[in-house]
Formats: sequence, C-alpha cells, structure tokens
Amino acid sequence: MNAPSRSATRFYVGFLIVALIIAGGLSYFASSAPDGLDSVTLTGCTLDEDGEPVEGTCIAQNAEDHALGEGPFADYSIGGDEGTVGAAGIVGVLVTLVVAGGLFWVLRRRDRQPRDPQRRDLQ
Amino acid sequence: MVLAMHMSDGLVNPPTALVFGVIAVLGLAIAATRARSDLDDRTAPMAGLVTAFVFAVQMINFPILPGASGHLLGGALVAILVGPWVGSMCIAIVLVVQSILFADGGLTALGTNITNMALVGVFTGYGVAVALRRFAARSRGGLVATAFVAALVNTVVAALAFVVEYAIGGAGGASLGTVFALMVGFHVLIGIGEGVITAATVGAVASVRPDLVHLLRRAGTAPGIRSRTAGGTTS
Repeated sequence: MNAPSRSATRFYVGFLIVALIIAGGLSYFASSAPDGLDSVTLTGCTLDEDGEPVEGTCIAQNAEDHALGEGPFADYSIGGDEGTVGAAGIVGVLVTLVVAGGLFWVLRRRDRQPRDPQRRDLQ
Repeated sequence: MVLAMHMSDGLVNPPTALVFGVIAVLGLAIAATRARSDLDDRTAPMAGLVTAFVFAVQMINFPILPGASGHLLGGALVAILVGPWVGSMCIAIVLVVQSILFADGGLTALGTNITNMALVGVFTGYGVAVALRRFAARSRGGLVATAFVAALVNTVVAALAFVVEYAIGGAGGASLGTVFALMVGFHVLIGIGEGVITAATVGAVASVRPDLVHLLRRAGTAPGIRSRTAGGTTS
C-alpha cells in the first residue's frame, strides 16, 4: 500500500460528510415534482392537490399503497412531519452505510494482508 | 411533499413481479459471488460509502421540465467507482433500504426496481465505461466525459427496462407506444443530470484518490496498484 492509511481515513470521512450534507441539508431544496417514471405513470390523469390521480385513465391508478406506508420514516420523514426530511435523510445515509459497509466488510478478501510479510511469501 | 422515486406495487401484474423478483435474486447472488474479488480492506469501506452517497444523492430530485423532475439512478457511478458486481449490490441495498425504511418503491416491485437500476443500469453503465476505458485512462477530461456518457446511457436503458416489463405484464392505463416515447423522452433529460452528477463525482474522487476508481485500476494507470497474482485461487 503506497497510500498512508491516515489519508485513506481522511478521504472516507470527507466522503461521508458530503453524503450527510446532501441528505441532511440539500434535500430541503429537492424538487417535489413527480420524477420521470411518475410523470409517465400519471400521464392521462388529472391530479388532486396531494398529487393523487383523480380523473382520467393512467397507469398510476393501478398503484397500490405501500405495505409499510405507516412506518416511522415513511416518505422520508420522521413520523410524517414534513419538516424532517433532512433528519430522515441522515438516518438513511447512516443505515445504508452500516448495512452496505458491514456486508462488504464481511465479503471482502482476506487472502492478502499487505502488512504481514509472511503472508506475502506464501504467494 | 410526496417523495416517491421508484415503481410502486401494482404497476405490473403479480406473475411479472415474481419473474423479475427471481431475476433480481439470481443476479444479486452472482454479483455477491463475483464481488469478493473486488473487495479488500481498502475497497470495502469505499463501497459502503459509495452506497450511502448514492442514497443521499437519490434524494435530490432536480427539475427537468415544468412539473417533472428526475433523480440519480447511480448505475454508471457505482460501476466506475467500485466495479459492476459490487456496484449492483450497492444499488440493490439502496433500493431495499428505501423500500423498507422509507416506503419508497413497493415491496413486490423490488424485483423490477432492482432489475432496472441495480442490474440493467449498472451493467449498461459499466459496458459503456469499459468501451471508453482507453479514452478515460488518458486524461481527467477523458474520465469525466466517459462518466457523463456512461451515466446518460445507463439512465435511458434502465428506463427501457421498465418499458419491457410494462410490455410483458403492465397493469394498463396507457398504450405501450406512449409509455415508450415518454419514458425515453423524460430519461434522456434525466440522463443529462445523471451524467453531470456522475462526471462531477468521479472527477472529484479521481482528483483525490485515483487508486479508488475501479475503472482506472483495471486500466493499470492508477498509482499504487498491486499486480494480480498469477494462478492464485480465489474461494
């Protein structure tokens, strides 16, 4: 390993901070208009003020309510409170990091330990 | 404000949802097997962080037309940074967390959502990036341009995967021709945004830690590469 591990740790911490700022702060400025897929599935219907299709014919009329729609973080909020998207985003970043980081750490190769010269001799 | 970004339950019929659920599980099982060779003490934390980063950036819907927005899918981004096998697992984890914790993307729609974004999107982005790898390895500009093109293409092809699913077992409500035309039209615009975000992110990582960019590592241009051991068995 050429790169000192301190610089690696610094990079990782910086990367995490950027993700937390995006999810925790920038998320307040995200567009609330339907995304590309929703725009297509809503085509043909007129919408009420909640964005739900009311009249006409469109794909979204077949959409079913989410089975976990009453969950504590449903719709990127905490308990349905609209002003909590940033906090919900931070929860999401940390949960995603723990799940993904944990899984990838368990799956990683352990056959080469750069700091252990004996292991290098085995190759 | 309703933040919903992925397919809900009910947009395709149950048999179609089941078939794509099986495809997703098989694809991820293969990915998990192959991902091991790309994961070590250095790249495993990187892959975890890239996954968290994709979750964060997917929250940021950007306007593409009056009344319509788009968000990152992340296929080319993860493929370039951590490779396609690890990358498809990254996107799948994001989709599972979004569906279970945030009620975004239906539970029975996980198969189609994972197929479209984690498998089709990631491998399309990777294919384009590999095709342009010589160009990407030549300069920072080449890498950034490659990331942009790979991301644009991955967005449109992932959208086409939805059209295929709708053709196979769509619940109805719009003609296939309309769905095709609108999905492609919207996702070309979204793909430009996806391209800008992907290019900026890959460019930023490459400027600080080029050794952590998977695409460059395989091209043999990044510093700090350990040569692969010949004949080594991986299990």
